[in-house]
Amino acid sequence: MLSTLTFGLVPPGAPLMPVAFAVIMAFIILMYVILDGFDLGIGILFAVERDKTNRDIMVNSIAPVWDGNETWLVLGGSTLYGAFPLAYAVILPAVYPLIILMLMGLIFRGAAFEFRFRAHTEQLRDLWDRAFLGGSLVAAFCQGAILGGLMHGTPVVNRAYAGGVFSWLTPFAVFCGFAVVIGYAMLGATWIIWRASGQLQQDMRGYAKTLGIAMLVIFGIVGIWSPLSDASYFHRWFDWPRIFPTAVAPLSVLVLGYVFFTHLRNGHVAHHDKIPFLCGLGFFVVSFGGLGYSIFPMIIPPSINIWQAAAPQVSLEFLLPGLLVMIPIIITYNIFAYYIFRGKIEPGSHYH
Amino acid sequence: MPVLAYLSSPSAIDVARAQFGFVIAFHIIFPAFSIGLASFLAVLEGAWLWTKQPVYFDAYKYWLKIFAMIFAIGVVSGLVMAYEVGANWGGYADKVGPVLGPLLSYETLTAFFLEAGFLGIMLFGLQRVGPKLHFVSTCLVSIGTLISATWILAANSWMQTPQGTIMGANGQFIPQDWIAIIFSPSAPYRWVHMIMASYLATAFMVGGVGAYHLRRNNKNAVTRLFFSMALWMAAIVTPLQILAGDTQGDNTLMYQPAKIAGMEGDFTTGVQALHLFGVPDVAQGKLLYDVAIPHLGSLILTHHWNGIVKGLDAWPKDQWPVVDVEFFSFRIMVALGFAMFGLGLLSLWLRYKRTLYETRWFHVLTMAMAPAGFIAIVMGWTTTETGRQPWTVYGLLTTAQSASPITLPEVITSFAVIIVIYTLVFGSGIIYVLKMMAKEPELNESFPSDEAPLRSHGLVGGHSPINPAPAE
Repeated sequence: MLSTLTFGLVPPGAPLMPVAFAVIMAFIILMYVILDGFDLGIGILFAVERDKTNRDIMVNSIAPVWDGNETWLVLGGSTLYGAFPLAYAVILPAVYPLIILMLMGLIFRGAAFEFRFRAHTEQLRDLWDRAFLGGSLVAAFCQGAILGGLMHGTPVVNRAYAGGVFSWLTPFAVFCGFAVVIGYAMLGATWIIWRASGQLQQDMRGYAKTLGIAMLVIFGIVGIWSPLSDASYFHRWFDWPRIFPTAVAPLSVLVLGYVFFTHLRNGHVAHHDKIPFLCGLGFFVVSFGGLGYSIFPMIIPPSINIWQAAAPQVSLEFLLPGLLVMIPIIITYNIFAYYIFRGKIEPGSHYH
Repeated sequence: MPVLAYLSSPSAIDVARAQFGFVIAFHIIFPAFSIGLASFLAVLEGAWLWTKQPVYFDAYKYWLKIFAMIFAIGVVSGLVMAYEVGANWGGYADKVGPVLGPLLSYETLTAFFLEAGFLGIMLFGLQRVGPKLHFVSTCLVSIGTLISATWILAANSWMQTPQGTIMGANGQFIPQDWIAIIFSPSAPYRWVHMIMASYLATAFMVGGVGAYHLRRNNKNAVTRLFFSMALWMAAIVTPLQILAGDTQGDNTLMYQPAKIAGMEGDFTTGVQALHLFGVPDVAQGKLLYDVAIPHLGSLILTHHWNGIVKGLDAWPKDQWPVVDVEFFSFRIMVALGFAMFGLGLLSLWLRYKRTLYETRWFHVLTMAMAPAGFIAIVMGWTTTETGRQPWTVYGLLTTAQSASPITLPEVITSFAVIIVIYTLVFGSGIIYVLKMMAKEPELNESFPSDEAPLRSHGLVGGHSPINPAPAE
């Protein structure tokens, strides 16, 4: 049954617990990417937005939610360790420099967040602004490069990583790094369109247009590059009859792209301001789904699948109730935080 | 193996150990302080609701602002470790993953539940939920810190005294009995010792801050309150802690005798003296410059005058712990413990003479002892972790089998990056904490600030919990 439903991706008789955890893991990563993605994007947009008041509005628009967003990263790390210890033990050494850089970028950014408001001098504030930009940029790039490196394949011998320090460093990984930077910046710009007004909103419409076009180009390149670079991806996407479900992905991108660009121009109807952002999230959901579809059931392409990497049944059974109780609670409080801090941000506003 | 050998030609494993040691030693201070402060805050708010005296509430608000910053640094520095285990210790992560993965996941889930629900209310929610529910939130946060600590200590204790698992065909430890894993033989002792250590370290820091302000103004009722409470804690709990430490020593002797031999500096099996001082010479296998009290070592460990205790010669040299490190770190911890005990006694004497708030030399002494508890914690952990070597899972998995296949330049580079960034970021954070501590508590102390960026931390929105530095 499950085998048929998944077009044979889950072999008949395979244990289902690892599949359940793969779904949970994918969900946590997706939540992290779309939530922290737009607030990292705000940092990246500091590269083009230099006005002090505008920067304050941008930071204030994410201030109530960014650390809640980052909790998904911690949850992802600990769940990966709990459910797929082999993947944790192989992937982290494989992309070691990227992991360390990403963490340091995030720490720097988090600190800049707090300290830029308390800088006593202009120079100091400028310095923390640069840290905010730099940290966001580095973290976003590393996340993309980690993804690209993993897609490209990780050599594993004897349950351990068997490549070198920079084996992940391929043109494809670097390209993915830039792709994620652009994607996050696009999310950030559309978020500001939703949450700000006036000149800042207008500026962001312009940036979002450029970034949106860049996104579509990237989709095109990844869509052609990854199936061509690896035969298994090619078969996954283009074999009969899988071509029917896989056709959903490019079609959704086209529809989302159409809605995105038409609503980017349309500035008179206030409640349309959120539509580009929602389309942006849609882009990410589609690409993430496509990605998962490409590699499933591998967790460390090309050789380790989720059943090989999963913790023993006793460990998974012990962990599952905790996650099933906690994830809905975390989602509830996330939603609540967004609800409390809804609405447009005015200059100098601090949600008093 | 002697420390000097590591320093002259380190291997990737040595640097990875140093790096993890640095990160964890830095990190541990903040959760320990959070555990102590959270319970202290619960007591203060309870006392306020009970007695209706506003001074308790002012002390509460003063320490709440500091707690928020300490908690934040603890969370961020912990994030680094969550990924470092896999990055530097891939072999370990894979083999013990089925056991420790779920324990650490549960720790994360507990911490989130806290941060998500109740820390926000504690920091910003008094107006919205009223004092009673607010007090419940404070209590839940403090209980949550204790539960978090329980998971972490369960994981660590299992590494020290493993049980409840079998070895899988793929080299992984396979859990058989979760209760046995979580309550491994050293876990209860370690828990008591660590929780009391957190309380004491917090008490000495709180007392030190109180002493600092008393020197300038010894009439401030808020200062006097927390100074006095901290010293009651020091006077009562330090002796209990020394007792708990001794009991944990007995437990260690039973399960990890080589660690005890290294701590005590006992190189040969037999009736042991208590070595007050010495310099272990690992190469020659003896203690140089030994200052010892005969028979006392045996008496403490076996409770018999002529009790026989194994020395390091009972084990092949490649199974010795890092004797020279644990020997000294253990002595520093014990010495600080007795100094803290002495300060507690002095405080009782001054209280009896009714000059606790007026004796200026005592205030200087208390200030000097402010970091003592944290140093003792780091030294205690150094002792127990270097004493566990050469194993990561005692007797079952060696440190060498635990490492990731990463190279020396990688691990040196990442260590350098970590040191630089920690210094910049956490250095700034600690400076802010010190500035907050340097500000004298006031009557009608404010809640966490309004100028800083806002954040939600879940159910209740509000402002950043971090108080801006006082405008000079």
